[in-house]
Amino acid sequence: MASPKTTEAIVAHCEALFGDLDFTAARRWKDAEPGRKVIGYMPIYVPREIIHAGGMLPLGILGGGDNIEVIHGDAYYQSYICRIPRSTIELAITKRLDFVDGMLFPAICDVIRNLSGMWKLMRPEAYVRYFDVPQNFRDDLGGEYYINELRELIAGLEGVAGRKIPDDDIRRSIAVYNDNRRLVQRVYELRAKTPWKAPTSEVYLLLRAGMVLPVEDHSRLLEDYLATCEARDRPMRDNCRIVLQGTFCEQPPLSLIKAIELSGCYIVDDDFMLVTRWLLDDVAVDGDPIANLSRAFLHASAATAAKYEPDPAQKGAFLIETVRKRAAEGVIFASPSFCDPALLDRPMLAKALSRENIPYISFKYAENSGQMQPIREQAGTFADSIKLWSEA
Amino acid sequence: MTTKPEKPAVVKEPSMLKQKAMIARNYDKLTSAPETGKKVVSTYVPGNLNELIMCFDMLNNLPEINAIQNGLRKQSGNMIREAEKMGHSEDVCSYVKADIGAMARGAIAPNGKPMPPPDLLLLSYTGCFTFLKWFELLRDEWGCETVMLQVPYDGDGKVTDNMRDYVVKQLKEEVIPAMERISGVKFDIDRLRENLKHSAAAEDDFVWVLQSAMNKPSPIDAYFGGVFYIGPIFTAFRGTEDAVDYYKLLRQEIEERIAQGKGPITPEGEMGEEKYRLVVEGPPNWTHFRDFWKMFYDEGAVVVASTYTKVGGVFDFGFRHDPENPLESLADYCLGCYTNRNLPDRVAMIENYMEAYQADGLLINSIKSCNSFSAGQLLMMREIERRTGKPAAFIETDLVDPRYFSAANIRTRLESYFQMIEQKRRPAGAPTPVAA
Repeated sequence: MASPKTTEAIVAHCEALFGDLDFTAARRWKDAEPGRKVIGYMPIYVPREIIHAGGMLPLGILGGGDNIEVIHGDAYYQSYICRIPRSTIELAITKRLDFVDGMLFPAICDVIRNLSGMWKLMRPEAYVRYFDVPQNFRDDLGGEYYINELRELIAGLEGVAGRKIPDDDIRRSIAVYNDNRRLVQRVYELRAKTPWKAPTSEVYLLLRAGMVLPVEDHSRLLEDYLATCEARDRPMRDNCRIVLQGTFCEQPPLSLIKAIELSGCYIVDDDFMLVTRWLLDDVAVDGDPIANLSRAFLHASAATAAKYEPDPAQKGAFLIETVRKRAAEGVIFASPSFCDPALLDRPMLAKALSRENIPYISFKYAENSGQMQPIREQAGTFADSIKLWSEA
Repeated sequence: MTTKPEKPAVVKEPSMLKQKAMIARNYDKLTSAPETGKKVVSTYVPGNLNELIMCFDMLNNLPEINAIQNGLRKQSGNMIREAEKMGHSEDVCSYVKADIGAMARGAIAPNGKPMPPPDLLLLSYTGCFTFLKWFELLRDEWGCETVMLQVPYDGDGKVTDNMRDYVVKQLKEEVIPAMERISGVKFDIDRLRENLKHSAAAEDDFVWVLQSAMNKPSPIDAYFGGVFYIGPIFTAFRGTEDAVDYYKLLRQEIEERIAQGKGPITPEGEMGEEKYRLVVEGPPNWTHFRDFWKMFYDEGAVVVASTYTKVGGVFDFGFRHDPENPLESLADYCLGCYTNRNLPDRVAMIENYMEAYQADGLLINSIKSCNSFSAGQLLMMREIERRTGKPAAFIETDLVDPRYFSAANIRTRLESYFQMIEQKRRPAGAPTPVAA
């Protein structure tokens, strides 16, 4: 795929992919060669390397956002359950996912977990797997369990792909994803350094493109964005620098991100689409690739609400480190309504921030929230208070 | 002026009195732990390892049960509001908030004495994501040691060797060493085997009790009455002789009821004619428990099988704790708990109950607090209707948050539902009776 060469063109391309709920790009990829397969996955993390090594396209399914009218999906869920599963069901019932050959439902919460069973009932012909991960982080315990789970996943995916997935192919895919992770990190570093050059409303779209494109195409897009963005001349504003926290599953509407930015905040880090940054470092490419993926998961992965923190002293440490590393001045907890992981975790993270005198605010959203004025006012007041009352 | 008829005195059967005494003794043991030096383990009902905890002379405290007790006593509402003032979201589990609110108010046990802080939080992460966060929150408050036992979710409907081995290895290398360290008692596997023998004996009689509802009329209500029958086996008594004796006694009482052709006992005495036989999915509401139950027995509706009575272990499909394979058996017990099973399995289980217990329909009590149960229930309902051709209905309440119990709304729905069952029973073309 030829990548557009100006920032504006790149962003426009990503926005078109973001708005396309028929997943045309992924459908085209599949149709380009007979026998190609697409594996959908939901937040928060799956080892995309394995899907890629099987010659298949990993497709991130993040709900329908605010561009879909949920008609059927609401009949599957009570009013007190978050929105992402109902819009995902809507995508399925309206046949927008009929080209997807398998679905992975990661261990993130009970709603996504149960959605895996619903999928089994609704699409008995499809490959459906609840992707469990260890909450014990010892190599010889949680690691051993995880390696066996990965082997089972590989066997299942081989069934979909119709061929074996050899270790050498997984090693090559790990290298491809290492490149992609490094590029994403570079984008995040660029944004943290010069957020006026790489606003989050753009970075977000850039990451979203990675949910539907082949990883190689996405990496080229990231390279082009970095090249064009660094050369870009945009005015720096007197905004405050914040970390956005809680957005790891159901996605905020793009208008919410823009509202926060327009209110006087630079978002210098976030937890959108953690699958792109879940593994914090390169995964080793030599040796047993499954053991390497396991070690990376156990010892060098992001701390988030869906993970158990065995060491009480470390609760909130990852967020505080992010605040320090990005020279952020505060945290905005933006959690989807009825999101158990984000909302149960928030009091503990807030307490950790308070101990470090890091200011924060919190609010809730849904993927289809329409009224942004209250959020803009709340974020704007937060930004003003930081500017007025911070010690700097 | 008409005088209100006097309510008949509630007859307490010997098994009820026995259970009450067992619970009171356990709370006394817990609240006197600071004096006796006994160590307290907090853990959860699903994946409850009571047999193992007893091997270390430790006491078992279950936060869900404390929240239920506070719900039944109508104290949970204030506790929940207290937790929300502390920053906990109105959207999350009300058990968690009732527990945290209770702590903020001094953590008073039902016997009126302060509940001591736990010495160990045994995070048996079985079938419910919230458990994981709940114990992180409690650890943050109590500052005590936490040991995690991750029980993999049965996503594919079968327990693999990898899942079982993972649980067993955690028991051997994480849970048991932590218990030995904290209690100062060396693990004795023969003691565990002895406890498991008691578990299996109690489980036999417990299953007999549940399956007695296959009789017509059913001698028990397997949901509202069932929550009392699961009391000992799901909490701090599984593995004890007390539990074995309790279930023997209960069984004898129910055998007598069957012999006499009696239906279930309700809080207002013997239930009248059995008109509707229901299967219920989902936990009950605790804040209005008796009002809720009354809506059923007033209409002659008896619950013949329920999924909530499987939340702390599924025993009616053959599983028993096995003294010959103690740790593997504990793993299988945890892996098989109801909410650790995938939705297709849950649907199959309900379908089985509908047939085996000759139920007229399925009622889902969907709980706002509990995504583990609730997410997917509307699809489950449709599947059951499709497979059995019997009517299903859906009501919504909460566990211990009284703000989510709307009596009028539930009553109306139940009345409509019972009419629907009547319609289904009538042969096609038969006229609808006109209400008097």
